[in-house]
Amino acid sequence: MKGFFAKFKDGLKKTTPTFYKLFSSAGGLFGGKKIDASSMDELEEALYTADFGVETTEEILEEIQSAYRKDKELRGQDAAKIGANVLKRVLDGAEGDFDLTGDEVTVIAMVGVNGSGKTTTTAKLAKRFKEQGYNPMVGACDTFRAAANEQIKEWCTRLDVPLIASHHGADAAAVAYDAYAAAKARGSKVLLLDTAGRLHNKVNLMKELQKIRRVLQKHDDLAPQHAWLVLDGSIGSNSIDQARVFHQEFGLTGLIITKLDGTSRGGALVGIYRELKLPIFYVGLGEKPEDLQRFSAETYANAIFGVEE
Amino acid sequence: MLETLTDRLGTALRNIQGKGKLTEENMAESLQEVRKALLAADVHFRVARDFIKRVSEKSVGQEVTKAVNPGQMIVKIIHDELVNLLGEGTTELSTKKPLRVMMVGLQGSGKTTFTGKLALHLRKKGYTPALIACDVYRPAAIDQLETIARDNDFLFYCERDNKDVPQIGQRGWDWAKQQGADAILFDTAGRLQIDEALIEEVKLLRERVQPDESLLVADAALGQEAVNVAKTFNEAVPLNGIVLTKLDGDTRGGAALSMKAITDVPIKFLGTGEKVTDLEVFHPDRLAQRILGMGDVVSLVERAQEAVDEKEAMRMAEKLQRADFNFEDFLSQMKAMQRMGPLGSIVKMMPGMSGIEVGEKEEKKLKHTEALILSMTLKERRNPGILNGSRRARIAKGAGLEVRDLNALVKQFQQMKKMMKMMQGPKMEKMMKKMEKMQGKGGKGLPGGKNPFGDGAGLPGGLPDDLGSRLPGGKNPFDGMKF
Repeated sequence: MKGFFAKFKDGLKKTTPTFYKLFSSAGGLFGGKKIDASSMDELEEALYTADFGVETTEEILEEIQSAYRKDKELRGQDAAKIGANVLKRVLDGAEGDFDLTGDEVTVIAMVGVNGSGKTTTTAKLAKRFKEQGYNPMVGACDTFRAAANEQIKEWCTRLDVPLIASHHGADAAAVAYDAYAAAKARGSKVLLLDTAGRLHNKVNLMKELQKIRRVLQKHDDLAPQHAWLVLDGSIGSNSIDQARVFHQEFGLTGLIITKLDGTSRGGALVGIYRELKLPIFYVGLGEKPEDLQRFSAETYANAIFGVEE
Repeated sequence: MLETLTDRLGTALRNIQGKGKLTEENMAESLQEVRKALLAADVHFRVARDFIKRVSEKSVGQEVTKAVNPGQMIVKIIHDELVNLLGEGTTELSTKKPLRVMMVGLQGSGKTTFTGKLALHLRKKGYTPALIACDVYRPAAIDQLETIARDNDFLFYCERDNKDVPQIGQRGWDWAKQQGADAILFDTAGRLQIDEALIEEVKLLRERVQPDESLLVADAALGQEAVNVAKTFNEAVPLNGIVLTKLDGDTRGGAALSMKAITDVPIKFLGTGEKVTDLEVFHPDRLAQRILGMGDVVSLVERAQEAVDEKEAMRMAEKLQRADFNFEDFLSQMKAMQRMGPLGSIVKMMPGMSGIEVGEKEEKKLKHTEALILSMTLKERRNPGILNGSRRARIAKGAGLEVRDLNALVKQFQQMKKMMKMMQGPKMEKMMKKMEKMQGKGGKGLPGGKNPFGDGAGLPGGLPDDLGSRLPGGKNPFDGMKF
């Protein structure tokens, strides 16, 4: 199994013509050659095309520029380290941690807009938690989309993880309630709730989420202990709006960024962390369950700038 | 949050008003602002740069007289250029019969949902659609398409134990022809554009079924990645069109410009909801305004329609016409407004106001207003005239507020009523007609067509007076209405 760094770099290599060429230590902007005005332009382009957004891009550019003013001999590798350090500083504390060893069932509600990868991620997490001995249970709270039940059902059958589901069109909160009762009865340590995709600006759908919370609290005042927003890594600045609204309406405890196995850099997560300080629990680097990996700010920053670990 | 583009350009260009012609030098600062706005809307870096160049070339040499605001002038040039670029090419689907359409795209972009929408659209045009399930990977993808087919009575073909996608496509096509279908839609699996094996599969499928239209289904909120996605898919499977999905979200949609500019593949449809009817043909001007953060009045009206029930709206319109409007109506309008979403997101849709933040303070003010009305008796709500000192003291106490808060509300309410009286008669009818025309379907319109909070109360600083002039071309759908 490849590590986060290697996987992410694989993706980087596939990007032409910008990132890898630019940031690889062999030649390119961040290789051994000296920095000049045109490499700053290239750098600016690379940062924007990674979806870092205006604020982070300007911050990185400024730091490299000020280092350049002090030292005209600044080389590409040095600039890369400065860039990586800015990212590490901005992402300080962004690695999420959680504990499933409590006495009560820990409920994790998976939320997000349509097509972000909630169901697939739920299945991958279920597999992981099962292997770790937490005896997970899944609640199929997407009662809206055509065949959503079938999708999660097929996953759970494959993984041999128990599932609580109702019929299409049923009340999602009622499914959550029943799933909690079942999880408790079976001694599960963790209950994963796969909710329906909803765009964050649909008020009524956000209210439905709040109802899930209210109903769960009839079982346990603290449930759901976690609400994880699943974000598609190829989405741009709208990710920040998504995170902001989901957090405001539902109280998120962290993020999962999916689909980072393509050529997208998922730079929007930096903007989200800057603003909301929501930790990132996992990143999705491929289709296979083991491709869902814990997030490491240091690795992410190094991979982006081609700084070897 | 960004200020409105026009405002920022106005600042950047303040020195050149009345000073002859636009030059590269005097526009530099403002074009930098435009660039930032485009980048913030997720337009690709290079596309933004090239676009700015085009705008600069068009602008240089234009006269800036005292009469025009140079900011507005440049925004108009940008807007027109954007509409041109977005709208180039055939945005219509081929009218061939039989018609074969293949959907491709990344995972989660909305291909299956769109396939259902397109089938319905084609049936309305007289086709008999058949859906062929070519996604053999995602669990239950076949079930999803089958459910859509069953619910809408479309012909449906799948092979559950076969992984040979080109073969499924071929057999599905043969089967659909036998069944009398003349619009055959192939729903393929989501795939990364860099996944060579899966891209090869879609190429083989294409060779086998020879689609008349290959459509890339893409999330409108895609970031800079949009360029790679569109370019690589277009190289593998020459695309005939792009479909932007999830435009019912609040993304600015700059990805659309990136994809169009890089591939020159026309945008053909917009997905605007989860229901099978939520499909729109493409309007370049609406998307251009959205990318530039100029608000989206049409969406606002649509949201209002969703939130307000028709009878209630009719009743309200009548009341407004008679200027017979009391606190109960005020309350119910407020409720309707709340159903449309947080005030902040509504304000963002208004032209020229996308940069205005509606924060907690304004939301709180609304809550106070609601509390004050709720602590009135029904009689008081219906006859605000009876509010004497002791009643006022009681109401304020009941709402946990001061009497002066109530006084301010009553005053605001009276002003609103006065304004309604002014709007009575032919002027009002004209306005209602305008609202209907704007929606294009003679719908219900916003109840009374105006903000229920009186003259801009609750909005910081009220609505700007020059709303009309802020829209490119000076088209203001609220024209004739005084805020």
